[in-house]
Amino acid sequence: MKRLRTALLLCALVGGAQAADTPFRFDQPEQAARYQRLTEELRCLVCQNQNLADSHADLAQDLRNEVYRMITSGQTDRQIVDFMVARYGEFVLYRPPVSPLTWLLWFGPFLLLVGAGGVWWAVARDRGVSAPDATEDAAVAALTRQDKAPS
Amino acid sequence: MIAEIGLFLMSLALALALVQVVFPAVGLVTQQGLWLGYARPAAQAQFACLLGAFLALVYAFLSNDFSLAYVAQNSNSALPWMYRMSAVWGAHEGSILLWSAILAGWTFAVSLRVHRLPADVGAVVLAVMGAVSVAFLLFVLFTSNPFARGLPSPSDGADLNPLLQDPGLIIHPPMLYMGYVGFSVPFAFAVAALVCGRLTPGWARWARPWTLTAWTFLTLGIALGSWWAYYELGWGGWWFWDPVENASFMPWLLGTALIHSLSVTDKRGTFKSWTVLLAIGAFSLSLLGTFLVRSGVLTSVHAFATDPARGVFVLSILGVAVGGSLLLYAWRGPKVLSGGTYSTVSRETFLLANSLLLTVSTATILLGTLYPLLVDALGLGKISVGPPYFNLVFGLLMAPLAIALGLGQFARWREDQLPRLWRGARYSAGAALVVGLVIGILVDGPQRLTAAAGLTLAAWILFTTAMGVRERLVGRASLSAALGALPRAFYGQCLAHTGFALAIIGVCLTTALSTEQHARMAPGDAVSLGAYEFRFEALKQVQGPNFQASEARFTVWHDGQQVDELHPQKRIYTVRNQPMTEAGISPGLSGDLYVSLGEPLDGQAWSVRVSFKAWVRFVWLGALLMAGGGLLALRDRRYQNATSPAASDAALAQG
Amino acid sequence: MRFLVPMAIFVVLVVVLAVGLKLDPRYVPSPLINKDAPAFTLETLADPKTTLSKQDLLGRPVLVNVWASWCSACRVEHPVLLSMAQNDKVEIIGLNYKDTREAGSELLQAHGNPYRQVLFDPQGKLGLDLGVYGVPETFVLDAKGVIRFKQVGPITPEAWRDQIKPLLAKLATSPAP
Repeated sequence: MKRLRTALLLCALVGGAQAADTPFRFDQPEQAARYQRLTEELRCLVCQNQNLADSHADLAQDLRNEVYRMITSGQTDRQIVDFMVARYGEFVLYRPPVSPLTWLLWFGPFLLLVGAGGVWWAVARDRGVSAPDATEDAAVAALTRQDKAPS
Repeated sequence: MIAEIGLFLMSLALALALVQVVFPAVGLVTQQGLWLGYARPAAQAQFACLLGAFLALVYAFLSNDFSLAYVAQNSNSALPWMYRMSAVWGAHEGSILLWSAILAGWTFAVSLRVHRLPADVGAVVLAVMGAVSVAFLLFVLFTSNPFARGLPSPSDGADLNPLLQDPGLIIHPPMLYMGYVGFSVPFAFAVAALVCGRLTPGWARWARPWTLTAWTFLTLGIALGSWWAYYELGWGGWWFWDPVENASFMPWLLGTALIHSLSVTDKRGTFKSWTVLLAIGAFSLSLLGTFLVRSGVLTSVHAFATDPARGVFVLSILGVAVGGSLLLYAWRGPKVLSGGTYSTVSRETFLLANSLLLTVSTATILLGTLYPLLVDALGLGKISVGPPYFNLVFGLLMAPLAIALGLGQFARWREDQLPRLWRGARYSAGAALVVGLVIGILVDGPQRLTAAAGLTLAAWILFTTAMGVRERLVGRASLSAALGALPRAFYGQCLAHTGFALAIIGVCLTTALSTEQHARMAPGDAVSLGAYEFRFEALKQVQGPNFQASEARFTVWHDGQQVDELHPQKRIYTVRNQPMTEAGISPGLSGDLYVSLGEPLDGQAWSVRVSFKAWVRFVWLGALLMAGGGLLALRDRRYQNATSPAASDAALAQG
Repeated sequence: MRFLVPMAIFVVLVVVLAVGLKLDPRYVPSPLINKDAPAFTLETLADPKTTLSKQDLLGRPVLVNVWASWCSACRVEHPVLLSMAQNDKVEIIGLNYKDTREAGSELLQAHGNPYRQVLFDPQGKLGLDLGVYGVPETFVLDAKGVIRFKQVGPITPEAWRDQIKPLLAKLATSPAP
């Protein structure tokens, strides 16, 4: 199956020489900015992890053309994204949509942070300073001296 | 013939590595010191053999021995000799041999210093490193032999991938591997402590220089990779959160946590369990990175030609090495790792926050990198996780880290009070907020908030660092004497933290202020980008050693004055018939002018991208300063007068 | 107990990675399965004056095979398609993707024509609407024009035997519109 995939890829890439890298003209700068953002957030399906903006593949150029067409014909970003997802699935989005499938992804880091905060609080609070201890005091005093002078 | 010698030396190295593992193990079990003594010479002989094997492969490339399949796939007689040499690590087999050779090198270096450790600990350290060597040498010999002959041999090779035909390839992988592999030293040390059942504070003192060295190399390796991608790939991107990039960043983050945690364990004898866990974690992530890059489990521009069979092998290595050490941690940890006192507000707690935040950041990147795989493995479909996710989440996590950094620099060891901290830090905080406000007003556009927040944090770090220096100089007779008296490790710390702040500035400003234009240009056309004007003067054909190129001559103008002349190229490498873009870059501290040729359009016209990459050099400058800080810290006299751990334990007790 | 947590996390990680070794990260499943095929009107390859639309594909299960003369994997697939068309009487509609009339027709003349009809899509518009990302790809449509299956890559004898043939048999017994 892997060999066939490679053959398939070969077809997609070799097809019809190198794709044109068409510069697009926009009437309004917001349109250019939208085009830039969309082509950076949409994935090139035939590439090894590249977005539409950077890819040289034929299919990437086709999709860039589509994005351009849709922006200049007045479609919203939402509509353009839905268009792509309808045809290629959520794989084509580098910003995964927030859905039950991706809750763990989007909220996980926050949960980890809260968990880490809990650990920090538990550990830091546990540590009362022990009764004055000559060895400890001497060690800390040495450190403070060290901080101000070479050891 | 040379190739066969290389193969023989690799096999010999495997045998020696086995000795390096088995003999100390026997010595420990039977309590006979004689067996322990075999570890050192075995390690040193192993290094000599692997060095020889590696040189044999280099020779094969330099002499164009295309009877070796690996050479035939990655080289060509027209390839310039520099790249023929670096092509050795241009693909899987050679790079894994490089990995093994570098591991043998680190082991050799450790073997020179190991007499300063108690005999049993030192022997286990070498044995653990030897075990990793055995695993990787088995991997090379049985699945990835670079000396395999390919018969019938072709008359010429398939050439090195044009993307790799660049000075970046010569230094980036070796630097990276020095870092990855270097983390095996604190790993081995952590395992040795758990096995031998004791962890004295001198342990941390011993491990610090090794860890700092590895971390410095990794910092440089990652920075080089980013810089290389920037000028080589043709569109000026310097970080894409690609799985392989993440695979190098994760050990770096944990490595940063490790060097800080080691500092606490060294100075205060606390955080032992964290430090040991981080030491295991950093190297585990190096191994995980090796797995991700070579197994084909994730899609990446950087991935080597992949093979699930190799993936299974590396996964097994990962499972045994990491699983074994974590099992050891679970079993021995509670007994060996405990202790230490400090109050709720103290430098220790800020450094604990540092370790926790860096660990959360690492876990987050791991989550994002593996999430598509997780979803697919559960049969729930295919999704992608890319820069929009990582930029947002990682950026948010850096904020509390930067705040903790600033406060941590002020806080006293063991015990401090919030009011004192506030007194020391309030001016820095105020000034940082002012900076943020100013930036927020000056910067226009959707990234305004990113720029303002980032600059606030960077300013906070810089101001608190400066305040920290000032605090240490207070009450001194002469300034120069005071500055001279500060330990180098402190300067290293300041330098590295400054570097971190500069990197934040670079990242935020380049995201917010860079501009780009994509235009159709023919000779004679001009395009303006802000205050700059780019004129396409001429186009000519150029012949390189193994490529043909169309080279454009661009002049850049600012306020009517010519600022620079750039020569972007579009190359076709003859052997593989593969195109490559060489960008024309005019470097500057406040921003680069960047021109790259896209595709030829009709007539003489080309699709051209011109960009202004604002402040992008600060990213690598920051990384360079961080690495410099690491080097400076290494030169601290505390390590230079390295006493044995027993003596430093005594010194610590006396205070 | 906290000392066991890292080990537990690691075990989960290894299991996920091990499963991952059997998967293909480059394979993109189609979101159009069990959805209506996109509407279209295209010229045929043979004759620019004849057009076909989605209506012409309804009423019976059909295969839509995306191919091109520049695609080497399509050559590998070609004999399998011929066998399906001739021996198993499968109706295959070709979709000539981003190609020229001359090259496409020439290939069919030289190697045989397994297609009942061939749609000519030089711009790849229908390909885009079908979510084609490489060639060859094959879609199985039921009598109502709903996409039931997508084969990414060439149809191998195994894919025909184990997946497409049983599916066509199942579709043949369901009621027509």
